[in-house]
Amino acid sequence: MDQAVKTNPVKSRGEMGEMFYHLIRDPLGLTGLVIVVLIVFSAAFAGQIVPYDPIALNIPDRLQGPSLSHLLGTDQLGRDTFSRMVMGGRVALQVALPTIIGAVSIGTLLGMIAGYGPRWLDNLILLFFDTIRSFPTVMFALAVVALIGPSLNTVVFVIMATSIPTYGRVVRTMTQSLKSSEFIDAEKSLGATTKRILGVHILPNVLGPIAVLAAMDIPTIVGLEAGLSFLGMGVRPPTPSWGSLLNDGYALIRNTPWPIIAGGLPLILTTLGFTFLGEALRDVVDPKLRGRGGAR
Amino acid sequence: MNTPVLDIKNLSVGYHTQRGRLKALRNVSFAIPQNSIVGIVGESGCGKSTLISAIIRLLAGNAEIGSGQILFKNDDLLAKTENQMRALRGVDLSMVFQDPMRTHNPVLTIGRQMTDIQYRDQLTKAQKKERAAEMLSLVGIPDAAERLNQYPHEFSGGMRQRIAIAMALMARPSLLIADEPTTALDATLEVQIIKRLRELQSEIGCSILFISHHLGVIAELCDYVVVMYAGEVIEQGPVREVFHTPAHPYTSALLRCDPGNIREKTRNLPTIPGEIPDLVDLPAGCVFQSRCAQAVDSCVTARPEFRNVAGGHSAACHLLGEEVPA
Amino acid sequence: MLTYIIKRLGLSLVITILAVSLLFAIIHMIPGDPVSTMLGPKASPELRAALEERMGLDKPLPVQIGLFFINMLRGDLGTDVFSNRSVTEIVLGQVPYTLSLIAAAICWSAVLGIFLGCYSAVRRNSLIDRMTGVLSVSVIAVPAFVVSLYSLLFFAVQLRWFPAIGAGEPGNLPDQLWHLVLPAFAIGLSWVGYIARLVRASMLEILGENHIRTARAFGLPENWITFRYALRLAILPTVTVLGVGMGFLLSAAVFTEIVFSRPGLGKLVIDSITTRNYPVVMGSVLFSTLIFVASTTISDIINALADPRIRSSS
Repeated sequence: MDQAVKTNPVKSRGEMGEMFYHLIRDPLGLTGLVIVVLIVFSAAFAGQIVPYDPIALNIPDRLQGPSLSHLLGTDQLGRDTFSRMVMGGRVALQVALPTIIGAVSIGTLLGMIAGYGPRWLDNLILLFFDTIRSFPTVMFALAVVALIGPSLNTVVFVIMATSIPTYGRVVRTMTQSLKSSEFIDAEKSLGATTKRILGVHILPNVLGPIAVLAAMDIPTIVGLEAGLSFLGMGVRPPTPSWGSLLNDGYALIRNTPWPIIAGGLPLILTTLGFTFLGEALRDVVDPKLRGRGGAR
Repeated sequence: MNTPVLDIKNLSVGYHTQRGRLKALRNVSFAIPQNSIVGIVGESGCGKSTLISAIIRLLAGNAEIGSGQILFKNDDLLAKTENQMRALRGVDLSMVFQDPMRTHNPVLTIGRQMTDIQYRDQLTKAQKKERAAEMLSLVGIPDAAERLNQYPHEFSGGMRQRIAIAMALMARPSLLIADEPTTALDATLEVQIIKRLRELQSEIGCSILFISHHLGVIAELCDYVVVMYAGEVIEQGPVREVFHTPAHPYTSALLRCDPGNIREKTRNLPTIPGEIPDLVDLPAGCVFQSRCAQAVDSCVTARPEFRNVAGGHSAACHLLGEEVPA
Repeated sequence: MLTYIIKRLGLSLVITILAVSLLFAIIHMIPGDPVSTMLGPKASPELRAALEERMGLDKPLPVQIGLFFINMLRGDLGTDVFSNRSVTEIVLGQVPYTLSLIAAAICWSAVLGIFLGCYSAVRRNSLIDRMTGVLSVSVIAVPAFVVSLYSLLFFAVQLRWFPAIGAGEPGNLPDQLWHLVLPAFAIGLSWVGYIARLVRASMLEILGENHIRTARAFGLPENWITFRYALRLAILPTVTVLGVGMGFLLSAAVFTEIVFSRPGLGKLVIDSITTRNYPVVMGSVLFSTLIFVASTTISDIINALADPRIRSSS
């Protein structure tokens, strides 16, 4: 009797709403969501939040430990570590967002074409994917950087290029299985064009899992940017990036641990936040795991 | 002494589910005499799987044995420890399952799997292999010794089921439980395998508990039949008796609906209208009552007792009149 | 079986060719040219022409690729711009360090990961299962170089338990192993969680399958069922994962080598980039790609060997 009352309100929430509802219920998902919102917020409003200008030099105050005026101390040039940390988030997102959007779009497009189109095209695209995937990511990034020099755009381009096959393959597999399903046949018999089938019928079904994949991928991308910046192959100084913070910290490792902590902590938080969120999203997107609503 | 090989007394098994306790088996009682084949017949949900899982004590985690005894050669299986049960499984009490395609480990050779199950025997590896090859030829697999080195996917479905039977009978068990062994095979294969099973049974002298919903096979193979419905035994007796003169309305309906029984051409196959009741929330009275064409008032309120119909043939139905308990 | 191996090797070859061509194509497609990058914009025309000729950059692209392949097959990856030594020699000198680091990381993480995964599957919802679950979700995704830095900070600098620099004295095996501990730990940490989850999921799936039920119905001992019957099947995806994971491992090795100042391919690449030693950069990237392709090929072949179903179906 209780159940009959419960099922009605859930239905009227709509698909997105229901996903959100279940997401909040999961403690891990909630934690992830909170962390992610915190990070995005602090990155977006970094300019307003930071107590000091992250690139302002202040040599007399260099290498201080944490204090009330400098929450995480200062680095070798007297810059406030905390401010640099917060600003670093902005760089991280500046890299992550275009990369994800680019990789997802191109990967999804190619994946759909590969899954839906003729065999030869599929093989060609697959070969293209496999070739890109045959490079260890960082090595490839370093090779490109060696040639065109380090910069934010280089990083975005390289990471996007190496991420495309990940999304492409998944979309391809899903498209392939959808292609042979009955409702596609029905649409075809009604004369739907390929463009329409791909855009209206296949694409929405593919977006859910892709969203999960993207959420899980963001930590990797952010980590990669940080790594490249750490090696001096990413963003140029004095732009603060978590990676360059770690680089400074590495040089100062025997003097003070704080820059390393300041650089690593946001990376760990970002990783945890998006991973928890992604895992919870996956549980929600996969209807088999969603609640116990199965009928007998 | 004519102790039955298996004597099940008042067995009740339930499952803990979110909705409550699912009473899968209620007061099930029947016996399997020595050197005989007993069939169990019933539609999905009648409790067959729970019954055999209970016998070999491989029930799911949320299952609970409410009451009853399972006497295997006068020894209560429910009182045994897991180690004692393990000593019995595959030796004195074996099983053949329904799906031959997935019943063997795909990455081990048949020979390896057949020698593994002999791990309790003090034989050399060569002797175990020989025994395995012997058993394979007995079930009709040619070139047995060679084929021991092959993997399951190199055999057809019918052959895999024969291998399963060979494995089950290798230790000469007292009881073989066959859970719908021919359901996944086509009719000609079914006939061959049933024939072979019967030959093996008389050779080895074991008893077989044969579960099926194919009435023709039961009639062909079994000496006795037990009819189950929604977790209860509702009729049992010698197979000829029960199938010729069914005492319970469910049994009559089953027989009527069996495709093998249909005499005239028809477009509509007969079915029994309705569904099995909710096993969590059981109705009072007879469990078949809601689908029974001959139900009377007492069927709704009181559970029928088992009554004797003829020698050894009994059924649980109010319509049978006299109160002579079976 | 043989056909499968040949087909697989053939595919690897094609991919390698394409990868090399891709690298070349990128070099030529991007704005700016490597000569300027190497010599700086103020270099004289004669110097540039000389370098171009020396690096073969004046020839058309397909010819360059072809020449490179021919040379590659002869083991010649070019010469180092500054010291005139063969790139192949330089690269091969560093490869053993990187490979030993990766091998050490795989060893400990795979062993621990498989054990934890197996245990978690057999004893579901035990403390170990839940702890492994939470830790692996959180630890997996933390970038390996962050783990390296923190390990360096904590275990080497603050606690002084392990050395912070280098690979140890050449010829002194115990010393070298001691220097391997922290880096291998850092790289392997995220893998333990990943492998544990994979094995756990695999095992749970397999333990629910019919053939395991059959094995139980025949009274086989529980530990036989876990190890001989279930784990044998559950390990197969792990092998594939390790093969593909080589790419990640190579990337992680780059960072770890820098953090711990260890010799290896990673350090070689970074140093060559800073000195603009273009042939060495290309040589090392190519070599690491070859290692990666080889490892995926090998793991696919091992997979086929271990699973008789794949063998016969091709």
